[in-house]
Amino acid sequence: MGANVQGQTNGKLKIGMYWASSCGGCDISLLEIGPRILELIQIADVVLWPCVADFKYRDVADYPDGYMDVCFYNGGIRSSEQEEIARLLRQKCKTLIGYGACAVGGGIPALANFKSRAEIYDVVYHQNPTIDNRERVEPEPLHEVPQGELELPEFYPAVLRLKDVVPVDYEIPGCPPQADRVWESIQAVVSGAVPSRNAAVRVGCFDKTVCDECSREKKLVKIKAFRRHHQFRPEPDWCLLEQGILCMGPATRSGCGALCLKADVACEGCYGPPANAEDQGTCMVGALGALLDAPTEDRAREMVAEIADPTGTFYRFSLSSSFMKLAK
Amino acid sequence: MTETVATVQTPQMTPAVWEPRIIGFLCYWCSYTGADSAGTARMKYPANVDIIKVMCSGRIDPELIATAFASGADGVMVLGCHIGDCHYISGNHKTMVRMPLMRRILEDLGVEPERFRHEWVSAAEGEKFSKLVTEITEQVRELGPLNWPQLMRERGVGHGTDLRPWGE
Repeated sequence: MGANVQGQTNGKLKIGMYWASSCGGCDISLLEIGPRILELIQIADVVLWPCVADFKYRDVADYPDGYMDVCFYNGGIRSSEQEEIARLLRQKCKTLIGYGACAVGGGIPALANFKSRAEIYDVVYHQNPTIDNRERVEPEPLHEVPQGELELPEFYPAVLRLKDVVPVDYEIPGCPPQADRVWESIQAVVSGAVPSRNAAVRVGCFDKTVCDECSREKKLVKIKAFRRHHQFRPEPDWCLLEQGILCMGPATRSGCGALCLKADVACEGCYGPPANAEDQGTCMVGALGALLDAPTEDRAREMVAEIADPTGTFYRFSLSSSFMKLAK
Repeated sequence: MTETVATVQTPQMTPAVWEPRIIGFLCYWCSYTGADSAGTARMKYPANVDIIKVMCSGRIDPELIATAFASGADGVMVLGCHIGDCHYISGNHKTMVRMPLMRRILEDLGVEPERFRHEWVSAAEGEKFSKLVTEITEQVRELGPLNWPQLMRERGVGHGTDLRPWGE
């Protein structure tokens, strides 16, 4: 599975995977396709995958333009390094795929958009109980030392999506993307069966919502009160939302096969907004409007007040793709 | 990061004379008729609310409220029929749940609560309508411009395709 010598071709596809602002789970999820990885390496050579093999940015910069056929880019854009590599990869690969919730909608790291850069630095470098930073050192893009100038990537004031910095051909949502969907997407992209390019077309997911895939019974009763997982044991096979657990199913795109719900855990919304919506949080607000059993206005306000952290919950994986994108 | 979006200056938002720009979503059956009755009764109220007529306050997707703020509105008001008066029987019951929830989200995002107003106005309450418009205009004027597009530009987000500032 070694890198090709530059310019040499052996008829195999050249694929890459890059890790930006994300947890690393996406890299692992690509391996989740299991033995099919053997089929993949029969048709493709890996020419960049920092997680599993030692590739230098210099190697990539030396590839001719359009050398790589497919590159999976996981993670959002938090620093100038990540943007630089995104631009480099856009130049070096024919098909750029945003892989996972962070690349598609900012993901968990984008929740930091609720805070400014100064507030984040304050917590990370000064306030955390485990921090001992008496000299109040903070990272800075350029630093003078006797030997010369040291350079660090710039920490951006907000988390961006991949498609905010470069044109993206396809996007595979999910935290992480589900293995079967990944395999279908790889096959589709490799065979050229996916329709259009350069338009961040979502692949590896379906057009409906998680509720459509969920096998739990909907009894069509309204929510009496909100409860959380630690407060009671939900009845098996009955819709969690109807039982009062805040499940993002109605505002989340399908594709995962409702995996979490099979384990009695509410959907967290990692596949992002459904096909016909762009802003996942307000989509969930709209859905809840019809689901609460609130006969009076006072009761409605009470029930709304019971929801713990609605904004963080509704935008857990998609704050960067929401309309308002950040907090003031 | 260096790409910029079009400026959001509209004739109303020139730096010299800033006027609050407020989007009002009004239901056709009660609140819009209420606004109409304020007009026919020649009541005076500020001209800062741009009214968008919808068939029912239950048709106001919360997404529209986020879009309004993200596009540069300084305030948003949502007016519907009183509970029990909905032309479609239960449309405003959905509004009744959505709007307090939307208010919590806007507060979390740092939008001052005075910028978002949700009230019931019947067809006969022209006076209430003019009072509400006066109130929200004054409150927003006191708070100053919200200017979300500029905030997004300052923090380097929103130069993708989904920002649609007014005056573009």
